[in-house]
Amino acid sequence: MSTTVVNTGTEGKTWGGGNKPLDASYGKMMMWFFIVSDALTFSGFLAAYGFSRFKFIDSWPIADEVFTHFPFLHGVNAPMYYVAFMTFVLIMSSVTMVLAVDAGHHLNKAKVTIYMFLTIIGGLIFVGSQAWEWGTFIKGDYGAVQTKGGNILQFVDTDGHRVALRDFVVADAHAERTQHERKEGLWFVSEGTLPTYTVEEVLHGLKSHENVLVRTQIINEAGEKTVLSRAESLKQIKDNGKAVVEGANLHVNEYGSPLFADFFFFITGFHGFHVFSGVIINIIIFFNVILGTYERRKNYEMVEKVGLYWHFVDLVWVFVFTFFYLV
Amino acid sequence: MAHEHKLAIFRGLVKFKSNTQKIWGVLIFLSIVTAVEVFLGIIKPESLMGQVLGMKALNWIFIILTIVKAYYITWDFMHMRDELKSLRRMVVWTAIFLILYLVFILLQEGGYVFDVYKDGFIKRDF
Repeated sequence: MSTTVVNTGTEGKTWGGGNKPLDASYGKMMMWFFIVSDALTFSGFLAAYGFSRFKFIDSWPIADEVFTHFPFLHGVNAPMYYVAFMTFVLIMSSVTMVLAVDAGHHLNKAKVTIYMFLTIIGGLIFVGSQAWEWGTFIKGDYGAVQTKGGNILQFVDTDGHRVALRDFVVADAHAERTQHERKEGLWFVSEGTLPTYTVEEVLHGLKSHENVLVRTQIINEAGEKTVLSRAESLKQIKDNGKAVVEGANLHVNEYGSPLFADFFFFITGFHGFHVFSGVIINIIIFFNVILGTYERRKNYEMVEKVGLYWHFVDLVWVFVFTFFYLV
Repeated sequence: MAHEHKLAIFRGLVKFKSNTQKIWGVLIFLSIVTAVEVFLGIIKPESLMGQVLGMKALNWIFIILTIVKAYYITWDFMHMRDELKSLRRMVVWTAIFLILYLVFILLQEGGYVFDVYKDGFIKRDF
């Protein structure tokens, strides 16, 4: 270094330059400050989620009833196991990252390479799992009816178990309603996919199945959703039923308040975007390690800096996990 | 570059011989905490369903366990334990103060809006 840096003769003096305030290099300190600002962004989202939840505290969806699926296990009620697995994958990839940083301190190129590779694999498994989670959430399971006021009416049997629309509703084969597409008329007017059933068909199915009841969004004292009586169920669907909802998107949500789906997409999407960009950055650093860039520099601090970012992504997930799936 | 790692966690209760060992130790601890969270989330013990400070006791346990996890991720994986006290405070206190402030305001307001819907003349259950 002494061959390239001009000495000023003021080394060692406070303002002489070359000082490391807080004993951290420029890059590391800036990474910390970036992390603080990003943490505040995520807190803003999660606090907004909290606001909406407190606003609808007596009708918010119960996460255990929303995320009940596990890949390859169809029809098995497995609340949270898959998210727990995802959390573990992310913590595990955090561990391989910190091991890579540690190997970097010992200038052990082979070990850094292996650990960086494992970190990238962990990140990819996580992003893939999140995509699956989104797919399941969007597709939905049981279906529901939305009322004029935007409330969601779900269906249960007399034992309180959920009943899917397909189990008691028969679609009218002679129904005339078809999806309006751009090619059918005005080129700028179209509509989304029509649900499988209409409200009339649901009402008809409900009438012919004595053991099916309607469950509203309202949470009772026991912490469960309120189940209406048979007469009240028929009346609700008949008077207030407006649209059949299957799955979730930004407008409607068969699990309950549309806000729940909006926040789910926004917060886990923003976090997934962070994981994705983390994987990309990790891949870049991984190739730099293989090419020996840091070996020649005799300094693996770059690995440490992306490591900080990667751990931060893990840290955010710990909070998202708590506030979306547990609380 | 010389890197000094502080190898004791739990206020010196557990000391590790090397940084690598400490990493695995912290992983085991974080896994146990996550397992406890998932376990409690699935069985939902009746005794923890009582209201404490406006929330279920179980939810408070989840939040505290989450902060514990966040502490060990920051302190041991991100090596905050080895940074200077001034850097640590700059990062941690700033974030904690602003987050608490924002959360307090938004949750307070959310509860207020709920009361307006509940006791006011706005009808939304139709």
